[in-house]
Amino acid sequence: MSEKSPLSGVFFMTGDTACAEGAISAGCRFFAGYPITPATEIAERMAERMPQISGTYVQMEDEIASMNAVLGASWAGVKAMTATSGPGFSLMMENLGLGIMTETPCVLVNVQRGGPSTGLPTLVAQADMMQARWGSHGAYEIIALSPNSPQELFFLTIRAFNLSEKYRTPVLIMTDEVVGHMTERVVIPPHKNIARYARRKPQVPPGEFLPYKGSDDLVPPMANAGDGYRIHMTGLTHDERGYPDTTAEAQGRLIRRLIDKIQTNKDDIIEVEEDQLDDADVAICSYGISARVALLPIEQARQEGIKVGLLRLITVWPFPEEHVRRVAKNVKAIVVPELNNGQIALEVERCVAGAARVIPVPHMGGDIHQPQDILDAIHRGAK
Amino acid sequence: MIDEQVLDGLHPMDKLLRADRIPHIWCPGCGIGTVVYSFLSALIKSGLDLDKVAVVSGIGCTGRAAGYINLDSFHTTHGRALPFATGLKLGNPELKVVVFSGDGDLISIGGNHFIHAARRNMDIAVICVNNFTYGMTGGQLGPTTPIRAKTTTSPYGNTEHPFNLPYLAAASGAVYVARWTSLDARRTERAIGEALAKKGFSFVEVIAPCPTLYGNMNKMKTGLDQMRFYEENSVIRHGAEPKDVDITLNGQIIVGKFVDIEKPTYLDLRDNIGSIV
Repeated sequence: MSEKSPLSGVFFMTGDTACAEGAISAGCRFFAGYPITPATEIAERMAERMPQISGTYVQMEDEIASMNAVLGASWAGVKAMTATSGPGFSLMMENLGLGIMTETPCVLVNVQRGGPSTGLPTLVAQADMMQARWGSHGAYEIIALSPNSPQELFFLTIRAFNLSEKYRTPVLIMTDEVVGHMTERVVIPPHKNIARYARRKPQVPPGEFLPYKGSDDLVPPMANAGDGYRIHMTGLTHDERGYPDTTAEAQGRLIRRLIDKIQTNKDDIIEVEEDQLDDADVAICSYGISARVALLPIEQARQEGIKVGLLRLITVWPFPEEHVRRVAKNVKAIVVPELNNGQIALEVERCVAGAARVIPVPHMGGDIHQPQDILDAIHRGAK
Repeated sequence: MIDEQVLDGLHPMDKLLRADRIPHIWCPGCGIGTVVYSFLSALIKSGLDLDKVAVVSGIGCTGRAAGYINLDSFHTTHGRALPFATGLKLGNPELKVVVFSGDGDLISIGGNHFIHAARRNMDIAVICVNNFTYGMTGGQLGPTTPIRAKTTTSPYGNTEHPFNLPYLAAASGAVYVARWTSLDARRTERAIGEALAKKGFSFVEVIAPCPTLYGNMNKMKTGLDQMRFYEENSVIRHGAEPKDVDITLNGQIIVGKFVDIEKPTYLDLRDNIGSIV
């Protein structure tokens, strides 16, 4: 395999680079972006790599344009991605909504930094988790994944593409500055061993095809521009033909299906890591870099004789409600460290509904948690 | 000679329209339908493979055009037709990508995208219907509203300088720039045909009546009044300097082909680097 093909082997890579290589391994051949710390290295890697593999890198005038170009490329039949951070993520919200409404597969990476506004351009946070869930207007479901290492960022980027193609929806990768910038061992499997999902194409001739009629799994097959189906795509509420139908009935039908196609396939979408929960009195529920920081206090607490386990959310949205409820039945407290003022902690409280104490460990970002702060919270929970 | 299709009760453009979506939303006297007709006539004459033509619109009255045209058609968000079209074109360079949208959409909220798509000389034909106002939202001040024109948000007359669209397009890098009024349906068709045949970023502005809103507030209450104004006040001046084709409230409208040059497109330049990758 030449250097210019998708890579395989063992590498020492930053998370951002691993993300770009994961995209390439997934079959991504289009990247549109705008420079922003700490996601710029993804764009730089793509600018270098895309021409080597007959793909497209285009630097757009802003993040609004980047998100739109990604949607356009996806309708041309190409797997497409963009990557950004806080301020750019805000600008992408409008057309993330267009992607959801028009069921356009694509991947949007947010390498989170501190905010609001310009905030901490070079320093870590996890404060866009609720924006990921609710940032575009309207009622919808979203898929968001959160990796804790460059290796996992590589694999989750592949998974993000596969989920986006399978469920015809934008998928968010909610990583952070520490994972994006840390350099670690990344193993890239042989290209042929990587499972790649491609969107389902229509099985009927043009004229019979209803581009927005869901299949059994509620996901419609997708015709690309130029396939001869002469499809119409609109951000307006639409019927199964894709034609605008701005009535309460059409809204109910369409939005219900868009929500249900994620909700009813949750078992396929949701992925968590559970560690030492069998005998645990206290659980840590966390994600991304914070879940990794929690490993040390868990070990320290165990040495002290406190039974602590970890529920790590790899899929953050749709929220792993059942997993959290199951854990809550068996523990006294759930400790939720995250680099914000308590976002996922609210979801945990909602799901636990009083069955266990929920102890947020907020940290506003700029650096990662002190392990001692998490250990203190474990002590409070064990009481 | 009467077209056989007319005898059949069909519209001559039925094959290129989504007839099941008619009636359309445009008001009596509106100029957008005329421009759609000129565009579709140009498409038929172009000899392009129509399965490989994609139409992209933004939001607004003109933005609804994509929904009526029976081609791969994309009704995107407000102002974003051009970046979407950029992705579509780069994703599949075999496609002929046409952006059909209004002045508020392309030049105000989409203004940044407009100048950058032109700068890149992206291979996209842009048809901009300019009715000097935001029609869909009820006739507000726009980026092309002439000074002193009344709109619902300039009730005492507009006090902002408008954009001169051919000048903006030419200065930003467009290789083909023309302006006509919707009265000049055949000239508009010919200009759109040239824009479709042109490699790179081509721009056709079509001045069109909005009798319901803009005309009504500016002493031209019917589409016919506005068409008569175009007849009496438009002046054909091919090759005019784009900087000299400003539009004023009751002044001349300079029309014609202003720019038609050759320049490497985005894809030409990109594909040139192939050997050094």
